[in-house]
Amino acid sequence: MAKDTITKTLTVAALLCIVCSVLVSTAAVKLKPLQERNKALSTKKNILQAAGLMEEGKDIDQLFSKIQLKIVDLASGEFDDNINAEKYNQRVAVKDPARSIQIPGDQDVAKIKRRALKAPVFLVREGGKLQTIILPIHGKGLWSTMYAFLALEGDANTVKGYTFYDHGETPGLGGEVDNTLWKQQWVGKKIFDKDWNLAVEILKGKVNRQKPEAIHQADGLSGATLTTVGVNNLMHYWLSENGFGKFLARIRNQGGGNG
Amino acid sequence: MAKITKVLFDPIFKENPIALQILGICSALAVTSKMDTVIAMTLALIFVTSMSNLSVSLIRNYIPTNIRIIVQMTIIASLVIIVDQVLKAYAFSISKQLSVYVGLIITNCIVMGRAEAYAMKNGPWMSFVDGLGNALGYGLILFIVGFFRELFGSGKLLGFNILTPITEGGWYPTNGLLLLPPSAFFLIGFIIWVLRTWKKDQIEEEN
Repeated sequence: MAKDTITKTLTVAALLCIVCSVLVSTAAVKLKPLQERNKALSTKKNILQAAGLMEEGKDIDQLFSKIQLKIVDLASGEFDDNINAEKYNQRVAVKDPARSIQIPGDQDVAKIKRRALKAPVFLVREGGKLQTIILPIHGKGLWSTMYAFLALEGDANTVKGYTFYDHGETPGLGGEVDNTLWKQQWVGKKIFDKDWNLAVEILKGKVNRQKPEAIHQADGLSGATLTTVGVNNLMHYWLSENGFGKFLARIRNQGGGNG
Repeated sequence: MAKITKVLFDPIFKENPIALQILGICSALAVTSKMDTVIAMTLALIFVTSMSNLSVSLIRNYIPTNIRIIVQMTIIASLVIIVDQVLKAYAFSISKQLSVYVGLIITNCIVMGRAEAYAMKNGPWMSFVDGLGNALGYGLILFIVGFFRELFGSGKLLGFNILTPITEGGWYPTNGLLLLPPSAFFLIGFIIWVLRTWKKDQIEEEN
């Protein structure tokens, strides 16, 4: 048949590819602004959930207006107001050698290799008093990098909420990090002991609630030892001196974190 | 006219893609634990199957036989990407729940099967109707499975409490098995049984 000559085959293939790629790229480009907005809204929603401020049916932007976004210089723990906080993207900054550092192997418990010099934090104040500090943290689980928001009370110690919003762990096992019940057990836990040493820990199995150290401990996920280890490690990294430690120390000493 | 009715409605009961042709089972297990994902998946599949059948049929006389499968795949893949982009823009939470299964419509045997078996040999309009009918047949099974799984698995329909579960202060002990994919196998099995009791000609001959 005439339609099977090589020229014809190539022409049909080329034409089809052009038509399809035009359609696909038009859809991608035209819909991009809407998709970005959805992503931003979903991030905001996760922050609100961590802070316990999420109310179903209310406008997310309006709820979010209570939350103040600040950029923290991790090395000093001070706020950095020279950076446009709205535009700052930690995941982009990590890839820029000028704006990030290589984490020495022995310190890299969260297995993230590099970290940006500055990190965003979200603060909620009521009547001039710091109520909630929300820290974005991340680290390696079993398969994937897990991203979470950890919300602390104004004392920079008590956990107020915890949400994992992006991860690729096994659904039903490690994926249970986003299980509401598991996240709920974190509320009220203390990150530091009375001498301000990092004390938070996730156990394999259940926490013995009789013991005094139970206030620092959380249950591990059954069937997901490596994910649990990952969560433990990423908290240890980000809450240590190498992560948000200096910033948290400053908040507690100033008792309000004005900035 | 009679032909259109036949092409449109035959795939719903008589030649149902899931129950008789046994196509598209994997996504039927994956997306049926809730009604809203079922609706989104059905709409996506209706669009993709009917449009791919239409486009394949429009150019069927120009498609060289030696690359016809690749041509069909390219068309289907483009349509699926468009659906995925639209969902991400207008139904973000649903697209998150459907996650990888939107992309997997590309490999849904129904789409490819109808393009190759019907659209390559028939006119654009009839091919469109055939795609529509098959997607509806697929959607019908999804609706039945999704209805039972959501109602008895979490006591809800479309997220509204029907049988208020104990965890929310009601009386209904939810059946966790129904939320897991294997339960869809049981339900699809039941549907096939009922269908074949009703339409005896669907029963395969035993050797």
